[in-house]
Amino acid sequence: MAVLLDKHTRLIVQGLTGREGTFHAKQAAAYGTTVVGGVTPGKGGTTHEGWPIFNSVHDAMRETAANATVIFVPPPFAADAVMEATDAGIPLAVCITEGIPTVDMLKALTFMEGKKTRLVGPNCPGVISAGKAKAGIIPGHICKEGRIGIVSKSGTLTYEAIHQLTRVGMGQTTCIGIGGDPLIGTSHIDALKLFAADSDTEAVIMIGEIGGTAEEDAAEYIKREFRKPVVGFIAGQTAPPGRRMGHAGAIIAGGKGTAAEKMAALTQAGVHVVQSPADMGAKMREVLGK
Amino acid sequence: MKIHEYQAKSVLARFGVPVPRGEVAFSATEAGEIARRLGGSISVVKAQIHAGGRGKGGGVKLAKSPDEAEQLAKQMVGMTLITHQTGPEGRKVGRVLIEEGLQIDRELYLSIVIDRAAACPVVIASAAGGMDIEEVAASHPEKILREYIDPGTGIVPFQSRKLAFGMGLEVGPAQKLVKVLDAIYKAFIETDASMIEINPLILTKGGDLLALDAKVSFDDNALYRHQDLRDLRDLTEEDPLEVEASKFSLNYIRLDGNIGCMVNGAGLAMATMDIIKLAGGEPANFLDVGGGANAEQIRNAFKILMSDKNVKAVLINIFGGILRCDVLAQGVIAAVKELGVPVPIVIRMEGTNVEEGKRLLKESALNFTTADSMGEAAEKVVALAGKR
Repeated sequence: MAVLLDKHTRLIVQGLTGREGTFHAKQAAAYGTTVVGGVTPGKGGTTHEGWPIFNSVHDAMRETAANATVIFVPPPFAADAVMEATDAGIPLAVCITEGIPTVDMLKALTFMEGKKTRLVGPNCPGVISAGKAKAGIIPGHICKEGRIGIVSKSGTLTYEAIHQLTRVGMGQTTCIGIGGDPLIGTSHIDALKLFAADSDTEAVIMIGEIGGTAEEDAAEYIKREFRKPVVGFIAGQTAPPGRRMGHAGAIIAGGKGTAAEKMAALTQAGVHVVQSPADMGAKMREVLGK
Repeated sequence: MKIHEYQAKSVLARFGVPVPRGEVAFSATEAGEIARRLGGSISVVKAQIHAGGRGKGGGVKLAKSPDEAEQLAKQMVGMTLITHQTGPEGRKVGRVLIEEGLQIDRELYLSIVIDRAAACPVVIASAAGGMDIEEVAASHPEKILREYIDPGTGIVPFQSRKLAFGMGLEVGPAQKLVKVLDAIYKAFIETDASMIEINPLILTKGGDLLALDAKVSFDDNALYRHQDLRDLRDLTEEDPLEVEASKFSLNYIRLDGNIGCMVNGAGLAMATMDIIKLAGGEPANFLDVGGGANAEQIRNAFKILMSDKNVKAVLINIFGGILRCDVLAQGVIAAVKELGVPVPIVIRMEGTNVEEGKRLLKESALNFTTADSMGEAAEKVVALAGKR
């Protein structure tokens, strides 16, 4: 088993005909993902790289029985794409787009309330279930099938964690990049809940960064009910307050959202917090006694 | 993007938020003219910089006549203002706001930001206005009132009344606050603001509410649809290197240390700063070259890094996913050959085509230091920077 994506995933790509969409659709297919088509409004009825293109997510789902979408749509149109996917009732929408205005995401998340679509992202590297399927930009070849789940706000830091695990001989179930924006669909807690219910996931690496209180909230959840070992790292221990560190959400504002607070909360919840980003894999091996 | 107080007030006034009468001046003469035009005897001269704490730093002064306003402006324009938010180097004052003096009865606090956990805007209000709100929140959390706004309805009058009565306002001013909050909320959504803070919102002796100070910042991701707001950017308030970097779409933030960093991805860039510090060094910057960095971007990044004279060594930490390590190595070699980088460079790369990348670096005959892990790279670069 894995979470979110597996061999039954039928993926469509919103923005498939764009440069990024094309590249990553091919990469996903090469990894073994069943990519069934794409959506580009106005290009419905054509084909692109052998895939059928539809005008809407509704059309695409009806024709292809897709059950997941990955969104590579430019920022001004991305929230619209998320809402369209939601309206079509697709179970999983993974939004890679970076730079979506916060007010747009506010509308999208409000629109999604009470509906059945799960959003991962935006501004994230996406999701990969090792050896099974991927939706997003995480390079498949660095992953190895195994029993560790990863949830992370950051892209390349996720790759780093995957690589370190693979180096110490441990593979992954699913790696979920939840994104570094202030408003996101799937939170650390949501991802942890998925891993809690997945019998193949033995332990989790959780990567956070400065800004907001999602890590503190996750710490409370872990303390209360998460029973699998967690190794944690928080990026931005040396970040100055008041400066946005690349990600729209990575900012220490009003003295809140510091790495120190997050690390303390996680440690207190029993998470094995590493100070150095180089120690994530080794710490996991130590924790699992392997 | 941050803007000045006078700009914030003009934006808010457009949405119907009452603000004191006033104008911006770039010179003492202009300041005097404005003060005379405002009439009345009392005016306030306020230094315009992108940092708080101006009052304590001597950047806000009361003038009892237009001549005094001119005199005060003369002292202020061109002065370096140091506040707890500017750092010890302070900020040079280029413009001052001249405003009418008002009879203040009470000072309140109002702000709107996005609450991430609740995924909606939140209005924060306090009767303890005019003070540092973070201190109020720490010492008297009960004095901070919050109303979460449903984005579907916008702020609803009962919420504003709740805040008004919570702050102890009488019926008259409470009704005025409903209108003020409507206007502020509208401004927040329509300008794609990331924060609007009015501290203080004053109640005058005549029973009027006015925004005596205003701090507004905008969501950078939404600026593409607000040409009028983009024009408010004051580049003199920003670090010149950061401005230069932004032209190349490089995410660069200057810090105080001496180890330059070049990294792909914001999270890994922050983590690289952290590991340098753990190894006993100090990062000179945060620099995310992005996921698809090409040779051109790497050249630009080197130029920015080397413009910071504090940099004694450079650490390049790249995890090649989509970006191939051999392409990265070619970019680094070309940039170093062209620019003649005079400090040691430690390169740690991992991921796609890493072996080929390492071979290229080795065969380049340039004096690179390579490392296999982040930890090793950090130790090496700290040692090299320390020797210089």
